[in-house]
This record gives sequence, structure tokens and C-alpha cells, in this order.
Amino acid sequence: MDFNSPDFEELYQSIILDHSRKPRNFGELPEASVTASGDNPSCGDAITLQLRFDPADAQKLAEVKFHGDGCSICMASASMMTTKIKGRTRNEAEALRGSFQSMLTLNHGSADEAAPPPPKELGDLRLLQGVRKFPQRIKCATLAWHALHQALSEDAAKRVTFDIEGKGQPAR
Amino acid sequence: MHQIDWAALRRDFPILNQDVHGRPLVYLDSAASAQRPLQVLDAITHYYEHDHANVHRGIHELSNRATAAYEAARTRTAQFLNAASADEIVFTRGTTESINLVASAWGGRHVKRGDVILLTELEHHANLLPWQMLAQRTGATLRYVPVLGDSGLLDLAQLDSLLTPEVKVFAFTHISNTMATINPVAELCRRAREVGATTLVDAAQSAGHHPLDVREIGCDFLVFSSHKILGPTGLGVLYGRAEKLDETPPWQTGGEMIVSVDWHQASFKPAPHRFEAGTPHIAGAVGLHAALDYLDNVGRQAIFEHDQALARHAYERLRELGGVRLLGPTDGNRAGLVSFLLDDAHAHDVVTMADVKFGLALRGGHHCNQPLHRKLGVRSSARASFYFYNTREEVDLLIDAVAEIQKFFCRGL
Repeated sequence: MDFNSPDFEELYQSIILDHSRKPRNFGELPEASVTASGDNPSCGDAITLQLRFDPADAQKLAEVKFHGDGCSICMASASMMTTKIKGRTRNEAEALRGSFQSMLTLNHGSADEAAPPPPKELGDLRLLQGVRKFPQRIKCATLAWHALHQALSEDAAKRVTFDIEGKGQPAR
Repeated sequence: MHQIDWAALRRDFPILNQDVHGRPLVYLDSAASAQRPLQVLDAITHYYEHDHANVHRGIHELSNRATAAYEAARTRTAQFLNAASADEIVFTRGTTESINLVASAWGGRHVKRGDVILLTELEHHANLLPWQMLAQRTGATLRYVPVLGDSGLLDLAQLDSLLTPEVKVFAFTHISNTMATINPVAELCRRAREVGATTLVDAAQSAGHHPLDVREIGCDFLVFSSHKILGPTGLGVLYGRAEKLDETPPWQTGGEMIVSVDWHQASFKPAPHRFEAGTPHIAGAVGLHAALDYLDNVGRQAIFEHDQALARHAYERLRELGGVRLLGPTDGNRAGLVSFLLDDAHAHDVVTMADVKFGLALRGGHHCNQPLHRKLGVRSSARASFYFYNTREEVDLLIDAVAEIQKFFCRGL
């Protein structure tokens, strides 16, 4: 069987599969300061992210956990995200989110498809840049990050869209 | 029965003759949308090149031709369904709009607080949400005929306790788009009649794959989409028994559907034109006409048997692979599709790898069946769906692909 497809190999690198099979910081977080969910309505993937701020420093993410179910890209992105933001400040976490989002979507679909080199501070998360070549999967990779954004937004409660159960969903 | 040259039929579908990701396309997503044969494309082109104008309005030659073509499509659709009259055929934008029309207009008039709307757990969101909205608006109650786990079969033993005289409407799918279950629609309609319930059959998955006779089924409403049965997108059919359409008030209003309009009141045409406000999808109807001719030339029973044989073959071979959870009837009495989950790979990953590595077009997700997937304890499944242009070799390629996908996602374990 011919497996010569560089884009595909890049998408499913061993580290990504490893995170998806053995997600880090997976589970429920007792005494969470904030809980936010990300749903991908087109496929049913759902991630719940829980943050606990440092009692001594309300800016600092002392503990981060997530649970839920999704494809390998979704799970790997969530797992890698938690390892990256744990111990960081709100602002640092937001900045990482911005970098990650840009890595996947900046210049996307433009004539110049060349991706800008991803910022070093993303670390292993840079491995997910390959998702760019699979436009349908970008929302898999960003699901946990949407939940993070919601959790960090002070006005999260205001930014909801209506759904049939009257339950708030993060605005996208 | 005459011998059908399936390979020759396949050549009528130019889109199938292409490579994707460097491999020959294997299109196994016809349950989402089928492809179109040249005969349909030619009919649409011919219409636009020679006959197009607005319908029912002009008295010039082209308008006459367009009107004749549009109404001929209606008559052909009535014949396709064995409806009593072309007046029982309403053209809509699709299955979804057809059901919304019935739920909003008929349901809005006839369903009251305290009434029961009976559905099944197999329903596509399109045959669930319009009724859920109606229930919320009116104070009616929703009930569901349960599904017996992974078998996809309805628990009909419970029908007696569910289908009570309070049931005003019973809406159900003919063929499940996820489980491949074939429901006993005529029997369900007969039971509904006994308690005076109005029936709606969602034939989106059956119209192009199974013989269909509305008088034999005995339904009040039946709906399907053109694009799943070789016709253009953006067109759907609502069959309504004359008596039922007569008791349905107008839904969308505007041009064409009126008898007389004054500043403060209006009167409306009888069915079906009362339900077709604005300029309809004339070219779509012309394309659908050609699609129905094509399907009946092949023969719907033959198509059903062909698709079912492929689905049975796929089911058996997937079962032999191991590590695969298969949804739907286990006894081979299934329609032409198979939904499955791999123990070691998420449906999205399966679909991406099938596409990029094997040129296979599959569906992955909840197939607009979220509550059912939740009940079965799965978030998503992969689905291969078959049509008469698919071959046994393509099914074998699917199996090879699934085996390789299993290997790939198990690597290092």
C-alpha cells in the first residue's frame, strides 16, 4: 500500500497520535474556577475545559483539565494546549491562543498559501500546523481553544448564541 | 427481468470518472447526495438554452413552454409516486422545507395543546426539529418510538402504548440514513389511521432507492429531495393527499399563489399552487423529470437489490475485519448503506484517511442524528452509502482501506 502523502503524514505525526491516545490533564477538575465547553455541531465533538486560578494570584492558571470526546486532532490539540497553558497567566494563555489561531488560519485560502513560520513559543503545538492543509479539520484543532477563549472572557455570559434548549454556546 | 448493464449506467455519470488525491474517486456518499447522469444535465441545459421564461405568468411562447415543462414534471412526479393526481404534488426547496411546510402550516392549524406528536428515534433532524418547534409553540407533547440499540430496529411492541388517540400526527422515516433500517411504512400508516392520526413519511433515503407507491403505503404526506435521486439540488417534493392539502392553509405567501389581492385581504389558489409562492425552481423540476425517467428506466426494485447486495457485502466484510462496531440490522434486511465505528480510530480520522489515501468519499459525524447517536453512546460514526453506479470492487477497496486505517491508527500501540 502506498502511503506516500506528505500532508497526511504531517497531519498524523506520532506526537499528535500520542497526545490523542493518552491525553494529558484529562479528567474533571474539582473546585474549578471556571468551566467552559466547546461543541462542534457538525460532528458532535465536545470538549469541556476547566481552569483553576491560583488563590494567591488570580491571573495565574494554577490547574487546567479537560474532558470530552473528539477526533485525534481535537484531542491532541486540547491535550497539548493544557500542558502549554498550565502555570501561565491569563494574558499569556490568550496570547498563545492568538498565535495558535493565526498559525492555522492566517493567509488561509489566499493566493499566497505559504504559512508564516509559527512562533517558537507554541512549542510542540507547532506540529499541528499541518492541519492548515485540511480546511475541514481546522475547527477540530481549534475547538479546545474556543473553550479557552470563552473561559478567559470576562463577558463570556454575554456572548452566547441561541440554541433550541436555550443553552448558551460560545459565539464563534 | 432483463439484464442490467450497470457498468454502462455508470458511464452516464461523468463526475465519477476522475482522480482525487491521485487515486480514482470512489464515491460512497450518495445518501448525502447522489450524482447526476448526463441525461439530467442535458435536460437542464436544453431547458435553459431553448425554453426558459417565468411560469404561469406570461402568455408568450417561452412562458407557455416553461409552464408546460414545469407542470409536466409535476405530473411525472405524481406518476412516480402513484399519486391520485398531479394536484397532490407540491414543489419545495427540499425534504427539509417540505416537512417545515407541513409542521408549520398544517400543524399550526391542526395541532393543539394536549395533542401528541409521535416520531421515532430514527429521525433525521429535519424530521425532528420542525415538530419540536411545533410542540414548543403549541404546547403539544412529543413522543418517540424507541430504537432497539445498535440493531436500528424500531421497538414496535411499544406502538400500542404510544400510538394513542391523542396522537395527532405520526411522522417517521421510511429508511434510516444512519442505521439503514427499512421501516414497515404501510403497516405504520395503517396503525396510525386506526387512531385517526395524520401520517408523514420521510422518503429522503428511499425515493431513489426503493419502489414507492403512496396509495399502497396509505400515507397522508410524503416528502423527498431531488438531489438524492439524481436530480438537481434546491428542489424537493411534498406529496399530500388531496384532502390533507385542502385543510392546509397557505405557508409562504407572495406572487403566483393568489386568486385576488386587496390592501387588507387576499384569497388564494387551491393546492398545489397555494404552496408555491414566488418563481419556482423550474429548471430543477425539469431536471427532476429527467431523473425520474432515468430511475424508472433502470427500475427501482433492481436498484434496491443492487444497493442492498453491496451493503450486505460491505457489512459482512467489515464484520470479518474485527475491531469494528456496526450499526443497523444484522439480518441483511437493510438499505444500501453501512455506518460503522472503529475501536481505534475516530470517524473523522477514518474519513480523512479514506479520502487522502484511498480516494474514498465517506461521511463521518452524527449524520444529523444527534439524539440517536447519544442514545447509542457514540458521538460520531463513519458511513458508506451505495448507489447503482457503485461496484463490488469499490466495496472491496473500502474494506482494504479500513484495514489499512486500523493498522495506521494502531501503530505504536
